[in-house]
Amino acid sequence: MLEKKPIIFLLIATGVILIGTVVTMIAPFKWINDPKLKIAEVKPYTPLQLEGRDLYIREGCNNCHTQTVRPLLADVERYGDYSKAGEFVYDQPHLWGSRRTGPDLARIGGKYPDAWHYKHMADPQSMVPRSNMPKYAFMQRPLDASLAERKMKALGFPYSQAELDALKGKSEMDAMVAYLQKLGNDIPWRKAARTTVAGDIKNPFRDDRSVLAEGKSIYDKECAQCHGNDLKGGVGPSLADLKQSEADMFKIVFSGSPAGGMPAFGDILGKERVWKVVTYLKSRGH
Amino acid sequence: MNQREGYTDDVVKGFITWSIIWGVVAVLLGVVISLQLAFPQLNLPPYLTYGRLRPIHTNAGIFGWGIGSFMAFFIFITQRLTKTRLWSPGLARFQLYLFNVVIALAALTLMLGFNRSKEYAELEWPVALLVVVLWVIFSINIIMTIIKRKEEQMYISLWYIMATLVGVAVLYLVNNAAIPISLTKSYSAYAGANDANVQWWYGHNAVAMVLTTPPLALFYYFLPKSTGVPIYSHRMGIIAFWSLVFMYLWTGAHHLLWTPVPDWVQTLAMAFSVMLIAPSWAAVFNGYFSMNGQWHQMRENYLVKFLIFGVTFYGLQTLQGPSQAVRTFSAFIHYTDWIPGHVHMGTLGWVSLILFASIYYTVPKIYGREIYSVGLVNLHFWLAVAGQLIFSITMWVAGIQQAAMLHATNPDGSLHYSFMETLVEMYPYWHGRALGGIIYFASLLIFVYNIVKTVTAGKPAAVTQKA
Repeated sequence: MLEKKPIIFLLIATGVILIGTVVTMIAPFKWINDPKLKIAEVKPYTPLQLEGRDLYIREGCNNCHTQTVRPLLADVERYGDYSKAGEFVYDQPHLWGSRRTGPDLARIGGKYPDAWHYKHMADPQSMVPRSNMPKYAFMQRPLDASLAERKMKALGFPYSQAELDALKGKSEMDAMVAYLQKLGNDIPWRKAARTTVAGDIKNPFRDDRSVLAEGKSIYDKECAQCHGNDLKGGVGPSLADLKQSEADMFKIVFSGSPAGGMPAFGDILGKERVWKVVTYLKSRGH
Repeated sequence: MNQREGYTDDVVKGFITWSIIWGVVAVLLGVVISLQLAFPQLNLPPYLTYGRLRPIHTNAGIFGWGIGSFMAFFIFITQRLTKTRLWSPGLARFQLYLFNVVIALAALTLMLGFNRSKEYAELEWPVALLVVVLWVIFSINIIMTIIKRKEEQMYISLWYIMATLVGVAVLYLVNNAAIPISLTKSYSAYAGANDANVQWWYGHNAVAMVLTTPPLALFYYFLPKSTGVPIYSHRMGIIAFWSLVFMYLWTGAHHLLWTPVPDWVQTLAMAFSVMLIAPSWAAVFNGYFSMNGQWHQMRENYLVKFLIFGVTFYGLQTLQGPSQAVRTFSAFIHYTDWIPGHVHMGTLGWVSLILFASIYYTVPKIYGREIYSVGLVNLHFWLAVAGQLIFSITMWVAGIQQAAMLHATNPDGSLHYSFMETLVEMYPYWHGRALGGIIYFASLLIFVYNIVKTVTAGKPAAVTQKA
């Protein structure tokens, strides 16, 4: 019957296509926008952050970086608390991505100090030697913010004249870093996820010279980008002449020091390897 | 059946020529960006970075090479199956011009960074509007030809063609809804998890309506034409058709497993993805059973070789895809190089092999020439298959290795590898992938040479040709 009636065929085919569409694409709007999923702390983007987000889109960063942390052990330990629907309500479009050629950035905000990002964006290999990220030094040019007000209005985000005025004289890099520092940082997950070190804090490798080589190799991979190959400092302070006790050093490396911009390495490295780095640093201190 | 007079074939020639040109651009860009991943110093900011070139690669491939040649063959096939001249040859000529303007504009604007960021829907709204115009005039022309047809029965290929026309229209309009800010900037009309769910409903059904139903239309037409025997089961084709267009639309969220999209949407997507094996394999077996008693043609008839290898890659693709759509396996493999390996088996294996067969069949017919060199066709075939397999297998191994490293933990529960430690292990695989791409590109150059020689210097075809 249908083989002879193209118009009826077209109508029925459209209807069949629309069944799955309605159930899995249109109906979920109601579930995703459930008021229960709202998160009060999540704030819209400021004009500078929004400009940074638009640059992220312009450069196609989403081709290599995802922005969703899955509720899986490896994801949560590597990137932080898993992503919640309520965190993305101001994201038009979403930037979840589909391939992690580089790491996930959903919770990059607050992980590194601004200075780290400026250096890394301009010349990634200077911070992470074998990274395959392109250099974005050209983004030190002035930011074109001529559409900023119209963008804020179109998205319905609150803004002040002072914020718009502050865009003058900013570079594209300023906007990009402002955006990156906002990412995933509205909810206080860092505080909640901070591991407290319980029990006896005693270096199991004290004066054990056999772990120095491994300690150095961990330092070169994880620490040298900020504290320098020779421990003389850079983005982070010099470690050449440390006065802290081994226990204090362990706490800073393991749990981080948010005030100083030091990320926590406990989840990534584990206790043992943190002790090995501490042992290495102590051995260089004398 | 070889009635050249009466049919509008000039515009078919135009679409074939230009789709081949955009196909060469797509594969060349693919080689370039694969090298950029392996050698980051090959990025030349601001315009020639991986982030800006990768969307041009995918758009040139899907829209330039894919849609371009589907336009050629929809026009070619529809006229012959309806025994009717194309409704408006003038409109089709305009469509060819507009098609090239759109693809060129797409490449240019993406390079300049005018990009909506949604995968396979990156084009900013003015270019996207032109795409809509293009699709509307194309659809009207095909549907009017079908309505005015002289052959009452509509063959299965026409079903797939019509489903493609409505399917693409629905998908494209919904996912491209945007709030324009200026001529070169807009924001998606949807936010966050909603936007993601709309995007992957679109993204996965672009695979359905651009990379599945059109090549199936071509396969159902060109396989019997090439072998000289009819398709095994029309009824199986019909059952497979309806279940395919019904089930596909439920599966988009398998791209979003473990994300904040509601669990029940993910579960439905997972279930329907597994169910899709049935209609996919019905098409594959319809192809295989049509070869009963004809398998010797795999040796003698190069068209059959392309078509049967193509549909075999389709079969493998539609087993691998559902396996990735299962939560447990997705948790392991998603976001790694396994996925590009999977995608390229579909594009380089399934879709492109079917297109090569269609072009090898059609060009001699519409130019009235014999193919210039069968030897070169065979060389093209083996290089293309080798290049594609090197590409995909390399990426599958790379994906498994990186996934295993990313998930590895120490006895105390901490991660065993940092992200960079897993990335540096990818470099050798990225070199291998580039090699596969270069071999595929070489096969494409041989193909282009052979087609150009066929058109310009092929022997005039014998009058009675087996149709």
